[in-house]
Amino acid sequence: MTSVETPSFTELEAVAKRVRRDIIQMITAAKSGHPGGSLSAVELLVGLYFDQMKHDPKNPKWADRDRFILGKGHAAPVLYSVMAEAGYVPKDQLNTLRQLGSIYQGHPDVRFIPALEASTGSLGEGLSVGIGMALAARLNGSPSRTYVVLGDGEIQEGQIWEAAMFGSFHKLDNIVAIVDYNKIQLDGWVKDIMDLEPLGDKWRAFGWHTITIDGHNPSEVRGAYIEAAHTKGKPTAIIAHTIKGKGVSFMENNPKFHGTAPSADECQKALAELA
Amino acid sequence: MPTNTKYELKIGPATREAFGRALVALGRESEQVVVCDADLSKSTYTHLFAKEFPQRFISCGIAEANMVAIGAGLAAAGKIAFVASFSAFVLNKGFEQLRVTAAYPNVPLKVVGTHSGISIGEDGPSQMSIEDLSLATALPGFVVVSPADDASMFALVKTLAYHPAPCFIRAGRAKAAIIYNEGDKFPIGGSKTLLEGKDLTILAHGLMVAESIRAAEALEAEGISTRVIDMYSIKPHDVEAVHKAAAETGAIVVAEEHLTDGGLGVKVAQTVALGTPCVMEFVGVQDRYAESGTPESLLDKYGLLARDVVAAAKKVLARKK
Ligand SMILES: Cc1ncc(C[n+]2csc(CCOP(=O)(O)OP(=O)(O)O)c2C)c(N)n1
Ligand SMILES: [Mg+2]
Repeated sequence: MTSVETPSFTELEAVAKRVRRDIIQMITAAKSGHPGGSLSAVELLVGLYFDQMKHDPKNPKWADRDRFILGKGHAAPVLYSVMAEAGYVPKDQLNTLRQLGSIYQGHPDVRFIPALEASTGSLGEGLSVGIGMALAARLNGSPSRTYVVLGDGEIQEGQIWEAAMFGSFHKLDNIVAIVDYNKIQLDGWVKDIMDLEPLGDKWRAFGWHTITIDGHNPSEVRGAYIEAAHTKGKPTAIIAHTIKGKGVSFMENNPKFHGTAPSADECQKALAELA
Repeated sequence: MPTNTKYELKIGPATREAFGRALVALGRESEQVVVCDADLSKSTYTHLFAKEFPQRFISCGIAEANMVAIGAGLAAAGKIAFVASFSAFVLNKGFEQLRVTAAYPNVPLKVVGTHSGISIGEDGPSQMSIEDLSLATALPGFVVVSPADDASMFALVKTLAYHPAPCFIRAGRAKAAIIYNEGDKFPIGGSKTLLEGKDLTILAHGLMVAESIRAAEALEAEGISTRVIDMYSIKPHDVEAVHKAAAETGAIVVAEEHLTDGGLGVKVAQTVALGTPCVMEFVGVQDRYAESGTPESLLDKYGLLARDVVAAAKKVLARKK
């Protein structure tokens, strides 16, 4: 992972498909969890762990590694599956998700997986923690970059905007905020609960270089991460338009699957679609 | 309350459901009732109110601190204002706002935290609230209650709505055993003696009330006469009942789904110290965070079952001269 050959989009898409299958199986086995927001973020995480991030699963505490924080911690299954694919954690235990004693806790928990950068689950805090890490990298003269994936509902938290103000004021160009803009939160559609628009204007007004992409298109995802890395003197926000439940027809754009596990039947249907 | 009551402890609705139904009843009673929620209305049961009174339901987005202060503004302007979320979020994220916009100016905001304790299960520690009573009781002037079942939650929500002080109501996610009847009264600062006894007293709140009844029955079978009191009112608490328990039984166990640092236990210990001091033991979460698991497996691992109350009772009796 430290010296990477650029993977082909076909390879990235194959990983993404395996991750989606894992997500469905894990949450079905656990009988609870958050499939919708796990499925919407797949390409965003795959693009980091298998393409853009400099990291080493054999040396997870390497000081100059790039860091990843899942601000929207309830999407833990996508992170666990991607980390398992990358070799950080065992794949064969993914289906112990949410069981007593499992390292695959309901929300990412550094006590159980030390390779995680942060314990999350209370929305709104990950970006600030990431900024702290980016600041530390700058103080240490380290090339390390920090990536934080945020939910669109999550960025209703005021702390996100305090962090945004801080990031640009301090010219932190080694932090990237990625908004998984899947348009749905827990109680329903974001636009009905607390609309975010004009979202790009907001991030720009807060001093962030802002890139809008299709968050399921591996080429656009790669392009955005590269553009962020080349942006100097300010932080970058990537607004990734995504589909909640992406890849499973009956979960797509369906608020019900924010926090409902598929039944055994639904699991079979989903896996057939992801074959 | 009769001495030899047998409690069936049939499983009833979760206390969060009773909260939701009480809101609807209040909404019908008074035009002044407004309810704020932070993207958890399906979980907190405020969706029942939202459905019937959409004009008076205020969706705040995922922004608990803002919600608390908005609620305080509504209450200061004369509304009967409720703000609800998971206990962990409304208290921890909203604490400064609770302090400065509700407690300090004595604004009668009603704060409701559902999903308290560790019995929420699989979601794990970030969503579990085990510090909420320490925080809420630390706020001067706040009334703090932790009802054990459906009827007591319903009654307390209805009472506190009209109480002219800020209030915190602790609710649970898990289904709760039925202890009371509809229409039973639960005054602020009161308690309910559920079983009489002379060898020791168990003081409990929330889901530990049912566990304590089970524990008392087990102790009774071994010839240990056990008093059980539901201390649904955490602040103010029933000082008289505590003094009486200390003086008459000489040993107290406090059982709560909360950290033993803070919560009811330390409040009661303070009261006991000021009256007839007696030996005490504390059943609760011990200075640590829990983890994911089924509610049952967590209550087992973290020592919150009748079995654990029995063990504490024997310990306290061994220390009683
Ligand atoms: C501070 C806080 N408040 C509330 C919650 C409960 N909660 C969990 S997920 C969620 C909705 C999140 O929506 P979004 O950020 O859009 O996530 P996604 O659509 O990506 O799943 C809520 C309200 C929480 N985890 N943290
Ligand atoms: Mg969303």
